[in-house]
Amino acid sequence: MDLSVKIGTLQLRNPVLTASGTFGYGTEYADFVDFSRLGGIVVKGTTLHPREGNPYPRMAETPSGMLNAVGLQNKGARYFIDHIYPAICHLPTKIIVNVSGSSIDDYVAVARMLDELEHIPAIELNISCPNVKQGGMAFGVTPYGASSVVRAVRNAYSKTLIVKLSPNVTDIVSIARAVEEEGADGVSLINTLLGMAIDAERRRPILSTVTGGLSGPAVKPVALRMVWQVAQAVSIPVIGMGGICSATDAVEFLLAGATAVEIGTANFVDPSVSEKVADGIADYMARHNMEHVSDITML
Amino acid sequence: MKVLDLIVKESCAVSATSVRMVLTAHDTLPDMQPGQFVELRIDDTPGVLLRRPISIHDYDKESNTLALLVQRVGKGTAWLCSRQAGDVVNAVLPLGNGFTLPSEGAPCSPLLIGGGVGVAPLLFLGRELCRRGIVPTFLLGARTSKELLCKDLFESVGTVYVTTEVGDEGVKGFVTHHPVLSEGDFNAVYVCGPKPMMQAVVTMARAGEVWCEVSLENRMACGIGACLCCVEDTLSGNVCVCKEGPVFNIDRLKWT
Ligand SMILES: Cc1cc2nc3c(=O)[nH]c(=O)nc-3n(C[C@H](O)[C@H](O)[C@H](O)COP(=O)(O)OP(=O)(O)OC[C@H]3O[C@@H](n4cnc5c(N)ncnc54)[C@H](O)[C@@H]3O)c2cc1C
Ligand SMILES: Cc1cc2nc3c(=O)[nH]c(=O)nc-3n(C[C@H](O)[C@H](O)[C@H](O)COP(=O)(O)O)c2cc1C
Ligand code: FES
Repeated sequence: MDLSVKIGTLQLRNPVLTASGTFGYGTEYADFVDFSRLGGIVVKGTTLHPREGNPYPRMAETPSGMLNAVGLQNKGARYFIDHIYPAICHLPTKIIVNVSGSSIDDYVAVARMLDELEHIPAIELNISCPNVKQGGMAFGVTPYGASSVVRAVRNAYSKTLIVKLSPNVTDIVSIARAVEEEGADGVSLINTLLGMAIDAERRRPILSTVTGGLSGPAVKPVALRMVWQVAQAVSIPVIGMGGICSATDAVEFLLAGATAVEIGTANFVDPSVSEKVADGIADYMARHNMEHVSDITML
Repeated sequence: MKVLDLIVKESCAVSATSVRMVLTAHDTLPDMQPGQFVELRIDDTPGVLLRRPISIHDYDKESNTLALLVQRVGKGTAWLCSRQAGDVVNAVLPLGNGFTLPSEGAPCSPLLIGGGVGVAPLLFLGRELCRRGIVPTFLLGARTSKELLCKDLFESVGTVYVTTEVGDEGVKGFVTHHPVLSEGDFNAVYVCGPKPMMQAVVTMARAGEVWCEVSLENRMACGIGACLCCVEDTLSGNVCVCKEGPVFNIDRLKWT
């Protein structure tokens, strides 16, 4: 049985990755996950300069989901390269860095720095984070904005370039087509859906930023629909995510046309879920007499 | 850290809204320190997704048991409070860093201040101090005597002083009104409880230049330092309460 998949030149042993911002730098989960059983780890969003993120409270649980407004807290690309990369570059799985920025120049600068790192075979460009007041959102919500940043990064980055799409748009297909046109090797979706929670007794919003990003099982049907639409419209691989908690959930995304999946919020509920999903996909293939994981896709 | 199915050995109501549970496991429980916590999965409750952080109230290596003190405030804690002997609760444990314990033989006269369900971790802390030959003094605060939790257990470990807001037991008022604060000669203060209470204690500890640690209760998702949801804005920037805390020395906090 062959579970390996390819995105650009990135070769994954199986289609299961962990989603950015939900799995730290991997090491936080060392007690729970055998990394050699994962396709890869997408590490926390990294920006050119350090960011303190948004004030507390940054999290609100909502029915079957959660809102977050972390705001891309990270120590910056230089710190990542000098202090974090050495500690994770030899983990027995593929390490992908999620890149964020508030200007095209910032994205390009980080992409250039990461291009030099031998053990980072791919980046995931976050053009969709809804938490950041400038940047983030602005690029991902129009085909023009998405094209401009992807074009610039494509020129600066030689390895596999995955572009992570925002679901907070009217027509996600047009954005996916635009980034394919500019040379993206794959697209991943969905990032969090913009939402809000209010504390009725205290009569105020729960999050310090008022609005935040919704994730978890609550978003799965929306995510599946978007993955299905995008997979039909582009010929580059699609990485699906949004509410995946089990192998069955993951298989549904593969059926909708995804080449691989990422697991986010579910890691908080069951810290070893990613490994279980990878095993469960293999069981599914065995039950359905499938040779290769791409046989699952129904499109 | 481990993910374990804990088995409820006994569960009994200790107030109208709180339950004390003793749990065990088929496997040997990992070693735990006072001030550390567990994250419990909430089952059978539609819509509830995330684990709930609960302090380790007591731990006994010999009998392979731990105790939790849970106050019912919402759906998650309601499910926990309704667990009966024999039921299973899935836990990730132990999490975070505990209270700093004085080194063996060092002179220490600690005051352990708890408010409401915040008294929970202080029992385990008191036991550890006893094990080091230090008799702890507890100052427990509650709204009414009926809401004062597990007083008899604390009395079996150290000296107990009480304040109640309505004044039906101990000194009337908040913990900061109790005379033992100024009369006792304490060189270490440990606090856990509602934030306004902890802030009031911290102000006094700072004024008296007394060493002091507090246990924070920020909202958490992962509990292991991966999501950055639970941060406290400290003098060294935003730090994860779940991983660097939940116990902090007041010298690190921005609280005024
Ligand atoms: C380190 C730590 C130790 C704790 N120890 C104890 C303990 O020993 N006994 C006890 O009864 N309670 C303790 N708490 C508080 C307990 O976690 C909350 O009361 C509980 O999460 C509420 O869940 P719920 O579903 O009943 O309430 P809901 O209000 O429905 O919960 C909604 C969301 O808010 C979060 N939340 C609500 N109140 C709190 C709170 N006070 N602190 C943190 N998150 C909260 C919940 O986790 C959940 O994500 C502790 C909290 C922390 C962070
Ligand atoms: C706490 C938290 C932090 C996140 N941080 C990032 C981030 O830094 N960059 C990014 O592209 N996506 C981030 N995301 C979005 C996730 O990677 C994922 O797209 C989303 O949560 C949907 O998947 P899920 O439902 O499986 O969580 C974050 C999500 C959560 C819950
Ligand atoms: S709860 Fe996730 S970092 Fe603390």
